[in-house]
Amino acid sequence: MTPAAIELEGLGRSYGERPALTDVTLSLPAGQTLAVLGPNGAGKSTLLRVLATLLRPHSGGARVLGCELPREGWAVRGRIGFLAHEPMLYRDLTGRENLRFHAALHGVAPGRVGELLDRVGMAARADEPIRALSRGMVQRLAVCRALLGDPELLLLDEPRSHLDPHASELVEPLIGRSSGCTRVVVGHDPAAGLAEADLVLGLRGGRQQLLAPADGLDPAALQALYA
Amino acid sequence: MAPVLAILRKDLRTELRTRQSVPAMSLLSTTTFVVFHFGLDRSSVEGELAAGVLWVTLLFAAMLGINRLFVAEQEEGGFDGFLLAPIDRSAMLLAKVVALLIYLVALELVALPAFALLLLGPAPTQALPELLAIIALADVGIAVVGTLVAALAVRARARELLVPLLALPLLLPVLIGAAEASAPLFLDAGAEPVKAQWYLVLGLYDMVFALLAYAVFDFLVED
Repeated sequence: MTPAAIELEGLGRSYGERPALTDVTLSLPAGQTLAVLGPNGAGKSTLLRVLATLLRPHSGGARVLGCELPREGWAVRGRIGFLAHEPMLYRDLTGRENLRFHAALHGVAPGRVGELLDRVGMAARADEPIRALSRGMVQRLAVCRALLGDPELLLLDEPRSHLDPHASELVEPLIGRSSGCTRVVVGHDPAAGLAEADLVLGLRGGRQQLLAPADGLDPAALQALYA
Repeated sequence: MAPVLAILRKDLRTELRTRQSVPAMSLLSTTTFVVFHFGLDRSSVEGELAAGVLWVTLLFAAMLGINRLFVAEQEEGGFDGFLLAPIDRSAMLLAKVVALLIYLVALELVALPAFALLLLGPAPTQALPELLAIIALADVGIAVVGTLVAALAVRARARELLVPLLALPLLLPVLIGAAEASAPLFLDAGAEPVKAQWYLVLGLYDMVFALLAYAVFDFLVED
């Protein structure tokens, strides 16, 4: 049996008095993809931030890559690639400087930076400051940043936003199903979510409304999340 | 040490490109000396007054650098990028303390000649080693406490108000120690020896707050 890459048991997280996630329970086997769907404010990004060890769970339990959060968060950090809304790149540094900075933090050889820049088609623009690049180019660099440490688990928050079809094709082998990584993908498009997922989690108001295998899932059940 | 150097290099490179902290700090200090020059209506000051004017001015100028120390981390996702890395959180503390120290040294390279030119009588050239030792001890204290306060305040909406409100009371011992230590160096009649107790006060302050910063920094940057 494939070991679980993510195991959540009654996971909860609040911002002050306001619960952002309540009682989320699931198990995702290694190598599979979980699509997290739901309307704005459903708790999708909060779930990713908890899995990325950036937020502590306030209730329930969470195990990521065999490590219990938050106690063993330090042991899992280098094994996660997190692509968030915010690209986590400094505007006054160039793409290459940003990636070299993150490579140094992750103990990755600088050669990996050039390799990833080539893969996302950004080598020619890598020496321009981030503030001079389009949002789509910045997103490609953010993909490079997330992949620097050769992660086992990818946490992707709307990974193809701002990307044109060509750029989407370029990043597909890196962050798509063919990457071979365990993936948690947050998105707003139910059809796209179903197409690339093994398991679908539907959230609404921070609560788990749906957890089902993607195969054979009734699209109407997904649409109901947004009703 | 690689993460510390990476963060430090990133901070210095950003400062060189944006020039957001050091020029503002230097300009504020020089302007303040000009204001004191005309406000006090004297051609020169000496002793305790000179030391007080110098250290109060440096401290206020330092607030500008402290205020901006973590702004890029907060506004450009740098905290998240750092927290996702499998490294000790104290790497950021150390890098930021050193970065602020470098800003303070750059500030003093401008402010001290301006102070000597605009306000001081005879420059204490004979006592330069003592003055540099006092400045080094005071700078370490300002850098450590400044980094701690900057990390604490950066997520607050009223950051620019909170930083001086927290940092200035905490830095009063540095102000007192540095002013008392350097006052004998600024006497018109010639520099007198510095009382050793003030070196000790400044050194102890640096040590206590360095340990405190090391102990609490994780809690300030993590959720």
